[in-house]
Amino acid sequence: MNRYRQAKWNEPLLFEMSVKGRVSHKFPEVDKDIRRVAESIESMIHPEMIRAQPPSLPEVSELQIVRHFTRLSQMNFSVSSGTYPLGSCTMKYNPVINDLAANTSGFSWLHPLQDVSTCQGALELMWELERWLAEITGMDAVTLQPAAGAQGEYTGVMVIREYHKCVTNECEQRNEMLIPDAAHGTNPASAAMAGYKVVVLPSSADGLVDLDALRAAAGPRTAGLMLTNPNTIGVFEKDIEEIAEIVHDAGGLLYYDGANLNAIMGITCPGDMGFDVVHMNLHKSFSTPHGGGGPGAGAVGVKKSLEEFLPKPRIVRKDDGSFDFEDNLPRSIGRVHGFYGNFGILVRAYSYIYSLGKQGIRAVAENAVLNANYVAHHVSRIPGFTLPYSKDAPRMHECVISAEELKEETGVTAMDVAKRLLDFGVHAPTVYFPLIVPEALMIEPTETESKQDLDLFISALNQISRESNETPEKVKGAPHMTAVSRLDEYRAAHPKTLTLSWRMFQKQNRDKVD
Amino acid sequence: MEYSHPWLPMTEDLEKAMLKSIGRKSLKELFSNIPDQFRLKRDLDLPDSHTELEVAKRIQELASKNKAADNGRVFLGAGVGVHHIPSVVPALAGRSEFVTSYTSYQPEISQGMLQTLFEYQSLMAELLAVDVVNSSMYDLASALAEAILMSVRVKKRSRFLVPRTMNPAHWQVISTYTEPLGIEVEKVDYDPKTGLISISGLKSCLNDQVAGVYIENPNYLGFIESQVDRISKMVHETGALLVAGVDILSLGIMRPPGDYGADIVVAEGQPLGTPVSFGGPLLGVFGCTGDMKLIRQLPGRLVGMTRTSEEPHERGFVLTLSPREQHIRREKATSNICSNQALVAVTAAVYTSVIGAAGLRELGESVAYNSHYVADRLDAIPSVKAPALNESFWKEFVVKFENGVSAQHVHEELLKRDFHGGRLLIEDFPELGETMLLCVTELHSKEIIDEFVSAVEEIVTSGGDGQ
Ligand SMILES: Cc1ncc(COP(=O)(O)O)c(C=O)c1O
Repeated sequence: MNRYRQAKWNEPLLFEMSVKGRVSHKFPEVDKDIRRVAESIESMIHPEMIRAQPPSLPEVSELQIVRHFTRLSQMNFSVSSGTYPLGSCTMKYNPVINDLAANTSGFSWLHPLQDVSTCQGALELMWELERWLAEITGMDAVTLQPAAGAQGEYTGVMVIREYHKCVTNECEQRNEMLIPDAAHGTNPASAAMAGYKVVVLPSSADGLVDLDALRAAAGPRTAGLMLTNPNTIGVFEKDIEEIAEIVHDAGGLLYYDGANLNAIMGITCPGDMGFDVVHMNLHKSFSTPHGGGGPGAGAVGVKKSLEEFLPKPRIVRKDDGSFDFEDNLPRSIGRVHGFYGNFGILVRAYSYIYSLGKQGIRAVAENAVLNANYVAHHVSRIPGFTLPYSKDAPRMHECVISAEELKEETGVTAMDVAKRLLDFGVHAPTVYFPLIVPEALMIEPTETESKQDLDLFISALNQISRESNETPEKVKGAPHMTAVSRLDEYRAAHPKTLTLSWRMFQKQNRDKVD
Repeated sequence: MEYSHPWLPMTEDLEKAMLKSIGRKSLKELFSNIPDQFRLKRDLDLPDSHTELEVAKRIQELASKNKAADNGRVFLGAGVGVHHIPSVVPALAGRSEFVTSYTSYQPEISQGMLQTLFEYQSLMAELLAVDVVNSSMYDLASALAEAILMSVRVKKRSRFLVPRTMNPAHWQVISTYTEPLGIEVEKVDYDPKTGLISISGLKSCLNDQVAGVYIENPNYLGFIESQVDRISKMVHETGALLVAGVDILSLGIMRPPGDYGADIVVAEGQPLGTPVSFGGPLLGVFGCTGDMKLIRQLPGRLVGMTRTSEEPHERGFVLTLSPREQHIRREKATSNICSNQALVAVTAAVYTSVIGAAGLRELGESVAYNSHYVADRLDAIPSVKAPALNESFWKEFVVKFENGVSAQHVHEELLKRDFHGGRLLIEDFPELGETMLLCVTELHSKEIIDEFVSAVEEIVTSGGDGQ
């Protein structure tokens, strides 16, 4: 078995390394002819607005900074470090070429407000990417403006709202958004930010949308239904046609949370299934790096009838083949971003699709699904682990395993399993989500993990199952091979010990001394 | 499966073996839940597959159709900043362990990211002189929108005031976010000579229904809002919150918002080491005072310092106060934000450490001298007024063309001379006349500045009537 040991540096904060007078960067002196323009800073900036005390930032050397962040990076697990089967997050390989593409100076040093004649390449890239994403999702128009999935959801929900405002004229009355109980937390949060009342739909015994519950909930107050398909337990909603019919018959629109798009690219299209609005997470299906929590990009696709509501400005291709921004869109929901979205992420997604091509995009889905089923099959045969809901249905991009039996038999929880996995050089799955699965371990291997990696992962879970029976304390005390052991989260959040910055930390220490 | 690709480790043999081991006959079986009528029976209309060499070529082809601002001949700011990026910044922030990780849900193996984000929060808190900064929002625009929603939650009041001179794109974003919630956002007038917020205008808008008031420093139009203490007092006297939006790079020389009583602060963090990249990724810096009433309503992720549960209690970092967030509170969360701009925050942390307080002061001074030099030279040209609004500015200022010279014409003529002038203000601020918002930074050398000024002079004097 893999012997893993994460780096442990006991690295202080930069603030604690500070030595007065040390610098790690210098700017050229102001040209003396330029300096003549003013006597001093006070004659250029209102004297009352000059900073009296310089900010107390660390004073460190360049090498200290290099070592500091290098060491910290070594205490950070990543896709580049090992298997990262974090369910719902699609932690696939982030191709290096895509980063190089985004860092090409013709893109990275392009100012967003430059005359369009000087940024035709950027507009062409976005225009083309919009079309590719529309093709993959079966939609007619796409905006690239939202900065992440949640902002994509917000945008999509706002589009639905604008539709009810302008087309059905029932915006006031249609104030409910239907959302399954297994949905990601951003769905209800986004709907609420758009002013909607959230109506929670219980899942059926199979972990799917309960059609009767949906029928009962859908009606004249329904603005729409937000759905993930494949759903959160990794199963395709086979009744999607009926679901769409119920929602549409009630006068609502169907929203597709595309976080799980990886499973179906080139296999089926949300647009064909009856979805009216979709968002895609380019940092999931399209391999752009997660960056420790972002930036991502949350493109939104819509059917033709909703195009006029998309955020502005939109990119248009003119008759002469050149590209431009169109801002005169009176029915647009407005802007959601200061400019056009996370452009650098869009370049990466473009490069990804261009590299894989139509054959590759489909292969991605097929391989991701095969990997997830392989894991589901073998892990659910390990003592203590089961595959709840729709047992016989194949999984799509991910599977949700329950460690409930393990807990009952040995006292070892899903959290313990997750922590013990870290000792094997594997990231933990998503735990305790969705809420409908007790002791949930949500596993999404992605297509870029090899069979060897999957076998290693499965054997690690096998060993953990054995340990839970033989030496449960070892699992409950895990992790043992990481930079730190389990941390005191209660202390972190307690108002008396809450420390969110060095400034707060120093104030607390001062208070202690006083 | 004759298709192969470097990112896909599957082979035909492995596929067969894996299917066999799970008791499935074919890949098709795995998709059996998808009703037949929805199965795509054609290839997607996408490009064919390409090798890395071909991808690089296509990217170059597209990039070469752009004319980027790294030539020091672009004078645009207006929400983002083109600045020097020290070489260690991308080298460290670009380390693959940072780039390819996700939110630190497993703190034991994510101390690197967590400590770095804690340092980011700490460095920003020092710059802004507030106690708390979250570990990022998407950009200043959405950060401001969230600041408004937060003020409304904290104060349980439904009106919010902003200066008429604020960034027009940010105005559009906050309009999108506030409209469905029935929040009334009103613009406060400005003094036409100085650009400063009209105090009498503010007074007449303020009442006990106002949750908060937003000010920008420097303002979108470049000038410095010098009435901050007075505004702060007025706002707090009506029981509202003061929300300040600042240019983060100015804080080496300019008074921090915490110093004049801002309760919530927002800033665009992109200039801290991240290239402009056609407007994204940006970085929404978002902070507040240490008041628990505010902290509990804060959107976004927070990293806290703690220690290991077991002896020896070693220091460590975790995500904290998550009961505010969507994954726990769902529709009652303080925000829907999940993925944020963490890597841009990492970049900002490295940049701020590298530059330090001394560097920020050098930078701040260099920018101020350069911009005032440009204004001074331009103002000497007949028919040009610079600054057209207020003498007190830092990096950006309004240039006004008079006697029939159109700003659009100057813009077009500058382009022909391989320069890019400032943001045209005619659409957003028609009352200011023929103006552009010029941005000067440490990247503009004296030679280029002098050439630029000569170009403007030539354009203005030769093309008096504009067309
Ligand atoms: C199913 C689902 N929906 C929405 C989101 C939100 O996406 P983001 O984190 O990009 O805002 C996520 C990911 O976190 C998700 O897994």
